[in-house]
Amino acid sequence: MRRSSPVPAATPADVADLAARARAVRAATVRMAHLGRTAHVASALSCVDVLVALYFRVLRAEPPGPTGPSDDRFVLSKGHGCMAWYATLAERGYFPKELLDGYSTDGSPLAEHPPPRGVPGIEVATGSLGHGLSIAAGAALARRMDGRAGRLFCLLSDGECNEGSVWEAAMWAAGRRLDHLVAIVDYNKLQAMGRSEEVTALAPLAEKWRAFGWATREVDGHDLGALVEVLEAAPLTPDRPTAIVAHTVKGKGVSFMEDDLEWHYRPPSAEDLARALRELEADA
Amino acid sequence: MRTAFVRALTEAAQLDRRIVLLTADLGYKIFDDFARRCPGRFLNVGVAEANMVGVAAGLALEGKKPFTYSIVPFATLRCYEQIRNDVAYHEADVTVVGVGGGYSYGHNGPTHHGLEDLGALRLIPHMAVLSPGDPRETEAAVRALVRWRGPAYLRLGRANEADVHGAPLELEIGRGLVLREGRDVAVIATGSLLAQAVEAADLLAREGLACRVISMPTVKPLDTALVERTAREVPALATLEEHSVLGGLGSAVAEVLAELGLPLRFRRLGAADAFAHASGDQAWHRRRNGLDATAVSAALRALARGTPAA
Repeated sequence: MRRSSPVPAATPADVADLAARARAVRAATVRMAHLGRTAHVASALSCVDVLVALYFRVLRAEPPGPTGPSDDRFVLSKGHGCMAWYATLAERGYFPKELLDGYSTDGSPLAEHPPPRGVPGIEVATGSLGHGLSIAAGAALARRMDGRAGRLFCLLSDGECNEGSVWEAAMWAAGRRLDHLVAIVDYNKLQAMGRSEEVTALAPLAEKWRAFGWATREVDGHDLGALVEVLEAAPLTPDRPTAIVAHTVKGKGVSFMEDDLEWHYRPPSAEDLARALRELEADA
Repeated sequence: MRTAFVRALTEAAQLDRRIVLLTADLGYKIFDDFARRCPGRFLNVGVAEANMVGVAAGLALEGKKPFTYSIVPFATLRCYEQIRNDVAYHEADVTVVGVGGGYSYGHNGPTHHGLEDLGALRLIPHMAVLSPGDPRETEAAVRALVRWRGPAYLRLGRANEADVHGAPLELEIGRGLVLREGRDVAVIATGSLLAQAVEAADLLAREGLACRVISMPTVKPLDTALVERTAREVPALATLEEHSVLGGLGSAVAEVLAELGLPLRFRRLGAADAFAHASGDQAWHRRRNGLDATAVSAALRALARGTPAA
C-alpha cells in the first residue's frame, strides 16, 4: 500500500510556483464570494495553501477524474470552504475557470457547499459538519480490503471538531489502523460565533488527536514548503492514521479579512474585491 | 426475521463479494456464521451509528455494498442526517437495517421502540423503504436488495415471527402482494402485523365478511397501482402497521387515496402518537394500541359495515 517512489522535496522554485498558484486561488476565491454574494470567504482563504500543496504536489490523481481505483482521494469535510476548492480545481485544470463566475448563481453546479456529482474532481458532498472523516475512513477501509493503493486526505475545520461524529471516526480509524488516512485540521482558531477556544476547550488540539491514536504533526498551514513535506510524508507512522494540525489564519492573504469574524459572513463589495486583488498582486 | 435476514445475507454475501456487514455493537453471536464464511467483511464499528453510516457511504464510494445494522431507533434516528447526506444524497449503495420494528423490544421502553422509522426514512429522496411481513418476505427482501442499486432501508421485526406465507417467494421492490381476495373490506399491512391481518380476516370470514389481505413489504416506492385498484374494487380499506399512525404506510396510502377522490371508507390502524409510559411486552403494547387480531377484526368489521369505530 505504501507508494514506491518518494517524490523529491520541493525546491525554493517549486515553492515559489506554489505561492503563485495560491495567490491565483485566493484572488479567484474573493472574486467568487463577491460575484456570488456569499459568506465564508475567510473560511475558504484559510485553507488555500493546504489545497494548493495537495493538488499541485501531493495528490496522485489526474484531472479531470473521476478518481481511479488507486488514486489518492480528497474529501473536503469543511464544505463551507468550497470556494477555495472550486478555485483550486479550476486552477489545476479539472474544469474551465469560467465556471467559477457562475458560483452560487441560479442553475450553476457550483453551490455554496460541494455537490456529489456534476463538478469534475468532486465526488463527496459535504456541508453539514462532521461527516467527511467517516466517509474518508470507509473509503480507506475499502482500499485496504481490496489491497488497493492511494491515500485518503480529509480536510476539517477546527469548529467542526466540536462535532462528536469527528471523534467517533477518529477513534474507529485508529482502531482499524487505517494508516493511509490523513486528516488535516484547518486550525484558524475562529468559528461561526467566536474564538474556538472560548466556545469549547478545543486546545490542546494536537494532543487530542494523539490521544485518539493518530500520528500527529503540527505545521504552519501557510508554509507551502512545510505543508508539502508533511503531507508527502504521510503516513507518518505505520499502522496509524495521520493527523496534520495546520495552524492557519482565517481570511489569510487579504489583510482586512484576516482573523476577523465579520468575514465569516460578509460578501466582499466591488471595492473590497479591488483592494483584495491589489494586495494579492503586491504579494507577487 | 432476524435469523432469516442473517441467513439470506450470509448466502448472498458468499456470491457477491461487494457485500460488507457493519454493526454498531449489536447482534451478539448472530453474525458468527457470516463472519466465518465472509472473512474480513463483518465489522463491529462500535457504539457509533453516525460513524457507521458515514463509513458505509465511504465503502460504497469505493465499490462495496454495505449493510449497516442496529436496533431501529439507533440505526435510523440516531444517524438520520448521515443517512440523508452521506447515503441518499450520494445515491450510495447502502442498505440500513433496523432490527426490532414497532414494539419488538417492548419491555426495553420507548428508547428502543421503533415507531417513527418508516415515516422518517420515507421522506428522504432515493430511499427504498422495506418492511417485510414475515421471515419468507424477509429472505426475499434481502435478495431483492442485493439486486437493488442505491439507498435502502430494511425494517425487521425481531424473533419468532409467524411464517405467514409458508413457502419461499420472490419480492419486487415497489410491489405489494395480495394474500387473500375479498370485496367487503381490505386490509393493507406492512411488517410483522401481517399475521394479525390474516388472523383478523379469518375471524371476519366466519361472519361471512370477505376481507382482502394485502402485504405491502415496500412502503416506498409504494405500489400505488395496487392501492388504486383496491380502492376501486373494495368500499372500505384499512392500513395496518406497528408504526405511528403518522407518517408510515397509513399516511402513504392516505396520500394516494386523497388524490383519487373516491367515495371510500378508510382507516389507519397503527400505534398511537404517544410514548408508552408503562412497561410491556410486544403483545401487550399491541393490545393497548388495538393492533391484536381481535381488535383489528373489530375495526375492519366496523369499516365494512360503515358503523362507527369501536
